[in-house]
Amino acid sequence: MGTGRNRMIIAVASGKGGTGKTTVAANLARVRGDVTLLDCDVEEPNVHLFISGEPQGEPEVVSLLVPEVDESRCDGCAACSNFCAFKALAVLDKRVLVFAEMCHGCGGCARVCPQGAIREVPKRVGVVETMGAGGVTVVQGRLDVGVAMAPPLVRAVKAHIPKTGDAILDAPPGTSCPVVATLRETDFVVLVTEPTPFGLNDLKLAVEVVRELGLPFGVVVNRADSSDDRVTTYCREASIPILAEIPDDRRVAEAYSRGELMVDALPEYRPLFEQLYTDIVRLLQNPLIAGVARASCPCFMGGTPMPRGALQGPHC
Amino acid sequence: MSAAIQECVIISGKGGTGKTSVTASFAVLAAGRAVLADCDVDAADLHLVLTPKMITKADFKSGNEAVIRSEACTGCGTCVELCRFEAIRCVRRPDGKTRCEVDPIACEGCGVCVRFCPGKAVDFPERLCGEWMFSETRCGPMVHARLSTAAENSGKLVATVRQEARRVAEERGLPLIITDGPPGIGCPVIASVSGADRVLVVTEPTVSGEHDLERVLKLARHFVIPAFVCINKWDINPEMTERIEQTARKMGATVAGRIRYDRAVTSAQRAEQAVVEIDAPSAEDVRAVWRQMGFE
Repeated sequence: MGTGRNRMIIAVASGKGGTGKTTVAANLARVRGDVTLLDCDVEEPNVHLFISGEPQGEPEVVSLLVPEVDESRCDGCAACSNFCAFKALAVLDKRVLVFAEMCHGCGGCARVCPQGAIREVPKRVGVVETMGAGGVTVVQGRLDVGVAMAPPLVRAVKAHIPKTGDAILDAPPGTSCPVVATLRETDFVVLVTEPTPFGLNDLKLAVEVVRELGLPFGVVVNRADSSDDRVTTYCREASIPILAEIPDDRRVAEAYSRGELMVDALPEYRPLFEQLYTDIVRLLQNPLIAGVARASCPCFMGGTPMPRGALQGPHC
Repeated sequence: MSAAIQECVIISGKGGTGKTSVTASFAVLAAGRAVLADCDVDAADLHLVLTPKMITKADFKSGNEAVIRSEACTGCGTCVELCRFEAIRCVRRPDGKTRCEVDPIACEGCGVCVRFCPGKAVDFPERLCGEWMFSETRCGPMVHARLSTAAENSGKLVATVRQEARRVAEERGLPLIITDGPPGIGCPVIASVSGADRVLVVTEPTVSGEHDLERVLKLARHFVIPAFVCINKWDINPEMTERIEQTARKMGATVAGRIRYDRAVTSAQRAEQAVVEIDAPSAEDVRAVWRQMGFE
């Protein structure tokens, strides 16, 4: 887990899709320079469309261990299918059928088989690719089409977080398992939203997730205009810091549509992202104002969030 | 007669392209003929436009979660070694004893630790993963859901929503199910589209929209579902729109139309109205897409 001292792991997330996660993550990485940018939206990885670079080595194939049944040993006792919580195995006429796409790779079936008839074999779920782009190292996961299970690939991408030096993670949209797999054990979460009813509704859901995970976080409002202040009002009332507001600028949308980074196409936005990075560092040094709250954890006592490291529970 | 019911799922690959806005308009255009389903269970928004009146609500329980009884745990660490999800860790307590603890968020509910704990110290209670609702809207009945915070099994909740929507359609003799799908191509999307009659992919003329469209169309092909494509905010980049339409056709999809960039879409959302319910320039575009889909 990062301490925020010799490295900082920042995740960029949002409940709602299309609010600008990739824009914020990629522009932050560009202004920061010496950083690893990890695209954890393995279902639809987009970072490489904005920061591309030279591939570094061959793509790493990521697999999940799934059962393979040795029919000569199997006596059809169904211990495996009875054990499997994910219905990845079924026994029909004393024969075991494997539904590998349902398998989570827990290894339980191989352990419970009294005949030793099951061995685990790798099943490909996707690839992890690494690219060097100037000072930025881009690592992206790409889930194979038709594969349901994203979290193992997200974990494989996160295995590339460097031991030293900062990392920025582009999370998938939503609030379920792939998002949680991305956010776990990061130091700070930037939630990107837009000032619309959908944006606000999904921001609230995302806030519940980061609070559940006990992570410090702040909000970036994208496509900000003056016509709807419900997001800013909500953040103020919930004591959530608004880290930046990116104005609703058609030039930004057009540059994005062509795959151009905002800070390259419109350099006047550079200071906004530089300031954002500085503010995140500042907040990490003073987490009392970063909205850390996990009621079930000792770091959150009597309604007062404790400083990081003061009293850390297993989830802090 | 379930065979006669047509189910159309609106998906996008990339998030935020306008799935829910299009779905809400379709709901209005199909009013009285369709059941509406919101399968974007981890960030549902359709209810913000259709303002449903809830009739019934049910817990969604799915799978189990490992819970270690601290008093029975000897701290041997077998579970930590066996867990493939990094969900268990040993913690040294103030009294000097080591005890293992499960992180409920990381636990996938496989049951390996439950089975192989030498001290039988792991309980395996059923897990509450969310809730689903049956509601009435101005456009007709609606089935929607809410996944618990950071919960597992969104695919199964999606399956529950679809099953209920079908049941309602059969019961009321409604010929259509219109489903708002989740973004991406993973588990909840697969659960949303498998066995559907057609999908409409709402995309946008950006490099991301193009990239994600190709992946989501491959998914539709993988599951042999006829795919339609419409390009939202097409005039942001007309050239890219052309290119995306060509790609879509090449991949065997039907181009169902273009929807112009229209700020009134946000105003409609703020007024809890579908685009076709207000005097928006893009409303005509959405109606044209609906006609192309062949539901009239």
